Amino acid sequence: MSTQLANSIDAGGYNFAYLDEQTKRMIRRGLLKAVAIPGYQVPFGGREMPLPYGWGTGGMQVTATVIGQDDTLKVIDQGADDTTNAVSIRRFFARTAGVKTTEVTTEASVIQTRHRIPETPLQAGQILVYQVPIPDPLRFIEPREVETRTMHALQEYGVMHVKLYEDIARHGHIATTYAYPVKVNDHYVMDPSPIPKFDNPKMDDSPALQLFGAGREKRIYAVPPFTRVRSLDFEDHPFEIQRWDESCEFCGATESFLDEVITNDQGGRIYVCSDTDYCRQRQHTTPKKQEAYP
Amino acid sequence: MYVAVKGGEQAIDAAHQWLAERRRGPQETGELSVSQIRSQMRLAVDRVMTEGSLYDPELAALALKQASGDVVEAVFLVRAYRNTLPRFLYTCPLDTRTMTIQRRISAAYKDVPGGQVLGPTYDYTHRLLDFTLMANGDAPQGSEPATEPLEACPRVLEMLNREGLIEGPDGQTEQSPGHQDQEPGDITRDPLSYPADRSVRLQALARGDEGFLLALGYSTQRGYGRNHPFAGEIRYGQAAVEIAPEELGFPVVIGDIEITECDMINQFGGNQTEAPRFTRGYGLGFGQSERKVMAMALVDRALRARELGEELSTPAQDEEFVLSHCDNLDSSGFVSHLKLPHYVDFQSELVLLRQLRREFQQRAEQRSPSSGQVSSESKQESEA
Repeated sequence: MSTQLANSIDAGGYNFAYLDEQTKRMIRRGLLKAVAIPGYQVPFGGREMPLPYGWGTGGMQVTATVIGQDDTLKVIDQGADDTTNAVSIRRFFARTAGVKTTEVTTEASVIQTRHRIPETPLQAGQILVYQVPIPDPLRFIEPREVETRTMHALQEYGVMHVKLYEDIARHGHIATTYAYPVKVNDHYVMDPSPIPKFDNPKMDDSPALQLFGAGREKRIYAVPPFTRVRSLDFEDHPFEIQRWDESCEFCGATESFLDEVITNDQGGRIYVCSDTDYCRQRQHTTPKKQEAYP
Repeated sequence: MYVAVKGGEQAIDAAHQWLAERRRGPQETGELSVSQIRSQMRLAVDRVMTEGSLYDPELAALALKQASGDVVEAVFLVRAYRNTLPRFLYTCPLDTRTMTIQRRISAAYKDVPGGQVLGPTYDYTHRLLDFTLMANGDAPQGSEPATEPLEACPRVLEMLNREGLIEGPDGQTEQSPGHQDQEPGDITRDPLSYPADRSVRLQALARGDEGFLLALGYSTQRGYGRNHPFAGEIRYGQAAVEIAPEELGFPVVIGDIEITECDMINQFGGNQTEAPRFTRGYGLGFGQSERKVMAMALVDRALRARELGEELSTPAQDEEFVLSHCDNLDSSGFVSHLKLPHYVDFQSELVLLRQLRREFQQRAEQRSPSSGQVSSESKQESEA
């Protein structure tokens, strides 16, 4: 920590990774509790960040808390490293923590993400930090936190199954396509953040540590490595992920999450990998590319 | 070949440069100075200080300049800065009884000890545009303020309290057993949890968005949780801020701040065991922020419905609803985040929607080849 404090002068008058050490300690306590009780939403004294609430302040506080000088950070938004908000957050840490940054999933020790889990399987030792808008999966069924807290404690998740059943009765399918609720470690039902349900299976038994930060709602939760994460479903309507008939225009991938891109106003469209690093790795045989910010 | 257009670093840099240019405006016009904003846009400065929860007129003025006059953006700048400041100690509770009054009115009595002091107010101005201001004409100088010092201004509600006609400031009556001051919470350190105690509620309301609280307060006046308010007293002026360092053992004044305080007198309660008495709502803000503190007092009173045994049926009485949505950093951040890319989620919805529509078509075709009956059949199906 002393070297980190010494570094604070370089970071333009702010502490290493912006947050002061007391705040980090408070968040670390929350993280420890979250890891100890997988899927449980731990309230924490969320701080104002210099970016707006809803733009990743929860994930940023978690990242700022767990990151050290030897870490390599990757930031993605919608799976891509070069979307505006990902660029903005990566720059924030390059500036305030002076850490190495990368776009290559396998090179990163900490990955902050919004709305995706990388296609490249994560490894032991990596930390995936999710930005979470609404941490409580029950919020849209019961808006009152006083109620949902009790429901979680008593595992009163019947309403969630009723909601999924109503989807089936009405549409023939469960009509939740992202932020698809999961059950963690056979206890808490958890919102995986608005990742597409395509990514849900990647959470199960992952060797990486998964941390979730909701800044505006001031909640932290976690899925420790090698934890069981099951997407809710029914025996006769098993959980399934999205599939495309098309393949990626650039790399030909058929097994990755594809973004639809409209190319003209005549109905022309192509499909491309949402995960830019995965796509690039497939396109090039020279995989090592690294971006360093001064 | 198509190349995906993504907003990169250059785009962000260029946007920032353009923004800086637009903020400054044409070079022919003089640049607005922070001291001009501070002295001539003081009510905007006061609002930024109040909702930014930081008493610093100069920084609030700087924030307004940097934010091109966008108050919510300026509040954001101040809050983000405030968050990085070390916290040395807590001040003693402000004693507003001894504050230097610049304005003080009571709507409950025609005259009160200390008198009604109108002060600098827009209240009785006729809202006619003053074109001399556009011509940069100087405002007429007011007459010299009366030299005689103001009389002491005891609180109006304290006089009522002496008669037992109103509850104490903390909502307690003197008779309440075991009544003592509770250590107030701190919403900047600890997350809100419900039910929240009044000190926490008042903190959240004090930094809450003026527009939101105004609308809620207004709703109570129109019948959504009516509680018959009287503006018992509104006072604006300077109050001394004191700290009591442990090693010193006595309080010392570290400066004065401008504040506005509102005490509302509200409908009385009472029952078999307790004599009826008026109840209170309280509002406090930095600078001259009357609209804010009045709205705050109305909402504070509405939120006390549970403790006062009133029926809870309206938005303004709903603690979780009010406190979860009153902060304009929370609300503006989350609404504006809709501008961020959501194309992964949107794509997920597209995939499902196309599938559902395909299946809908197939079902419709199977049942009736003529399209005219499709809608009525599908309607029956959904009703089944």
